[in-house]
Amino acid sequence: MAADSADAPRDMRADSALLRFITCGSVDDGKSTLIGRLLYDSKLIFDDQMAALESDSKKVGTQGGALDFALLVDGLAAEREQGITIDVAYRFFNTEKRAFIVADTPGHEQYTRNMITGASTADLAIILIDARKGVLTQTRRHSYLVSLIGMRHVVLAVNKMDLVGFDEATFTNIVNDYRAFAGRIGLTDITAIPISGLMGDNITTKSANTPWHRGPTLIEHLETVEVDSERLTRAPFRMAVQWVNRPDQSFRGFAGRIAAGAVKPGDRVRVSPSGRETTIARIVTQDGDLDAAHAGQSVTLTFADEIDCSRGDVIAEALQPLESSDQFEATIVWMDDAALLPGRQYVLKCAAKTVLASVSEPKHKINVNSLEQLAARTLELNEIGVCTLALDQPIAFAPYTENPELGGFILIDRATNATVAAGMLHFALRRAQNIHWQALEIDRTARARALGQRPAVVWFTGLSGSGKSTIANLVEKQLHALGRHTILLDGDNIRHGLNRDLGFTDADRVENIRRVAEVAKLMTDAGLIVLVSFISPFKAERDLARARVPEGEFIEVFIDTPLAVAEQRDVKGLYKKARSGQLKNFTGVDSPYEPPDAPELRIDTTAVDAEAAAKIIVERLVGDYVPNWDI
Amino acid sequence: MTAASLSPTAARAGALSHLDRLEAEALFIMREVAATCERPVMLYSIGKDSSVMLHLAMKAFYPAKPPFPLLHVDTTWKFREMIAFRDQRAKELGLELLIHTNPEGLAQGVNPITHGATVHTDIMKTQALKQALDKYKFDAAFGGARRDEEKSRAKERIFSFRNAQHRWDPKNQRPEVWSLFNTRLAKGESLRVFPLSNWTERDIWQYIARENIPIPSLYFAAERPVVVRDGALIMVDDERLPLNPGETPQMKRVRFRTLGCYPLTGAIESDADTLETVIEETLRAAVSERQGRAIDHDQSASMEKKKQEGYF
Repeated sequence: MAADSADAPRDMRADSALLRFITCGSVDDGKSTLIGRLLYDSKLIFDDQMAALESDSKKVGTQGGALDFALLVDGLAAEREQGITIDVAYRFFNTEKRAFIVADTPGHEQYTRNMITGASTADLAIILIDARKGVLTQTRRHSYLVSLIGMRHVVLAVNKMDLVGFDEATFTNIVNDYRAFAGRIGLTDITAIPISGLMGDNITTKSANTPWHRGPTLIEHLETVEVDSERLTRAPFRMAVQWVNRPDQSFRGFAGRIAAGAVKPGDRVRVSPSGRETTIARIVTQDGDLDAAHAGQSVTLTFADEIDCSRGDVIAEALQPLESSDQFEATIVWMDDAALLPGRQYVLKCAAKTVLASVSEPKHKINVNSLEQLAARTLELNEIGVCTLALDQPIAFAPYTENPELGGFILIDRATNATVAAGMLHFALRRAQNIHWQALEIDRTARARALGQRPAVVWFTGLSGSGKSTIANLVEKQLHALGRHTILLDGDNIRHGLNRDLGFTDADRVENIRRVAEVAKLMTDAGLIVLVSFISPFKAERDLARARVPEGEFIEVFIDTPLAVAEQRDVKGLYKKARSGQLKNFTGVDSPYEPPDAPELRIDTTAVDAEAAAKIIVERLVGDYVPNWDI
Repeated sequence: MTAASLSPTAARAGALSHLDRLEAEALFIMREVAATCERPVMLYSIGKDSSVMLHLAMKAFYPAKPPFPLLHVDTTWKFREMIAFRDQRAKELGLELLIHTNPEGLAQGVNPITHGATVHTDIMKTQALKQALDKYKFDAAFGGARRDEEKSRAKERIFSFRNAQHRWDPKNQRPEVWSLFNTRLAKGESLRVFPLSNWTERDIWQYIARENIPIPSLYFAAERPVVVRDGALIMVDDERLPLNPGETPQMKRVRFRTLGCYPLTGAIESDADTLETVIEETLRAAVSERQGRAIDHDQSASMEKKKQEGYF
């Protein structure tokens, strides 16, 4: 049996505290071995798991048939085959004093996103260093991420001390090296411990091999280090509303997990961003009403008054309310294979609030090895930069350093639904408040009436050579003949003027469409029927254009021509150039086209010719979308 | 526990105990699903983990009822007591209970004895689960799985994304940062959500004791008729278990650490017939709880493979 059966397993009180930590280090620093050792020493490896470990160690182990603890934690078949860790694994063990959850995060450069995932829920980080190698590039990278995520406690575990003869000078040099770097990134609470994960030195018991080490063993330190939650308990009360509880007309409660501070019935609170105030009536739980509740508890609050409050709002102490804004400076960690597209709208989720946000070009990105600030036009996978965010509505927030739950956010791609970035809000930018909208006395309705028509944006999208411009031209002629006031914005023409500074990268395509969407919007304010003929390959930007005008005023016309047909026509000879490599980023060839899911109109150009298509479009426009002004 | 859900010592210190922290997290996860998913469902498999999950759901939405039904994928080979317990709990709590059995599997008479654990589990559990989720168009399903149970589960997110074929792609999981869960789905895609991800077997038992949560009596030692099959003690729960020539069930004092299909679930000899003694025995156990499950032994990566195929 693995554990000595005469020795009772470590028991633990049900009310002991929990410490969550992460282990990080480079590929061969021995993270998995250390975790295996912690599980083994706390007697949490069962007989059947031990038997599997023994047989796996002989089969695929890297310790020459001796127990390979790494195999305990490398969970996926792919990992065991390659002998590496590719995803965050969570492990559990406990001692008499504490319960522990360990996030084992991979050391590979390409998996920074997993390290951010593991670190975001941890109270403490163990940075592993191979005593033979000292502080490496990846050590610096991981430490920077640890400081970025706001962790305050770091354990510097100098591992494989057995391979350097437990030499004190080696240990001291590494620690000094590390402290010099850590100080620059604001990591100050560092506990350094010389260990051997493989042999067990200074893990649970003080090692006779390191008489010069006067600090604690690893377990002693983990058992006694102070958890940070006290800081949040002392802060002013804040709770994001997750879910409104309305079982019937008589009860309306606001459910959430308290992000900071404490609350009790009778407390005066303010709901942000609306700014309405009320008093807490009850703290409702199934076990009975509470006299008070603290940071970290999931509760349901009721108010003394019927004020408006819904999911995403934040309830805060009235005298110390939260700030709200729709413009921020933030640090963003990019986690997707597709790079950041500045100007594109992403879904932003912060606490329980979900809004749309566009991200500016980075002010700079950060070289995490040298901490240098570099110029950047975008952020690629695993890059970190500082950007400006513009939201489509204000949200209540706290700076990340003050409260991670109210200042941390993720970005989600609207088309793929992938989580593409994690970020930290630093502060609100005042621009939104300082540029007030001019209230104009002559409004868009007045202008439209003067023209005697309803304004609209008719957005033609489709591949190059699909026939968009030809059809849009014919539509404009017919509308003009009917006495309508129109303007045609054509992709090629706009690129000669307004957008002549833009190329054909994904980022430039986004900006191309953003500008033309704004122009189209201004022209509808002037009362015009705006015909836009742009390839506009991405759904996200077409949706952005749609969102710029009132509902019902955006008519998406999908000129549906199969690629093969458009390529065969090749009116401008562009496909030929693209195929021969003379033209880069050509839609349909080496740049994607995302067809609309539900366009208002779809024209199949293999079934109707341009004249017939124009006729169909005009009939639908005049019939349904822009009938004569008769109000 | 008294009205306050803070344990007394933790309340003094101003910090939550580890069970309080786990409870708060589970409630948070369930509310997030209720607020952002269109048709959630809770997979209820009657065991101790499901019992804890159900208890947490009652807490998360109190005084409202949980805004989703329970779903039991019934292989028809569960212990009889489990079925009685299931129906009684749903009735007591006033919750909607959906029961689904794979009709094709039933028609073909698929069973764990002649078809073996692997085929039985695939057809009557994995395929049946997928059928039920498709039938009711559920976009989120709660499961009681814990990360300490098994290696591939240790790497799974709390909100586990599944494509339209219910497949899990372990190499392409959505990053899960802070408590910000991305619940956005395209048509046909779904989420498996595990509110007990961060609980251990020990936490489950301590919480059952603290909260007085009802669980089937199969978890407690009693005299039960058993036979020995491949070294495991199998309870003769009904007449469908064929006995070998000359074999007679023996009465033994046994209990179960996990509950599943009775012909696949090994009992352990035990005298632990109270919660205290069960916890005591659990803390001293030398083998992991899933050891009693025939299905996990097949191959080292079997759970990972099953999950990719759509198993919980």
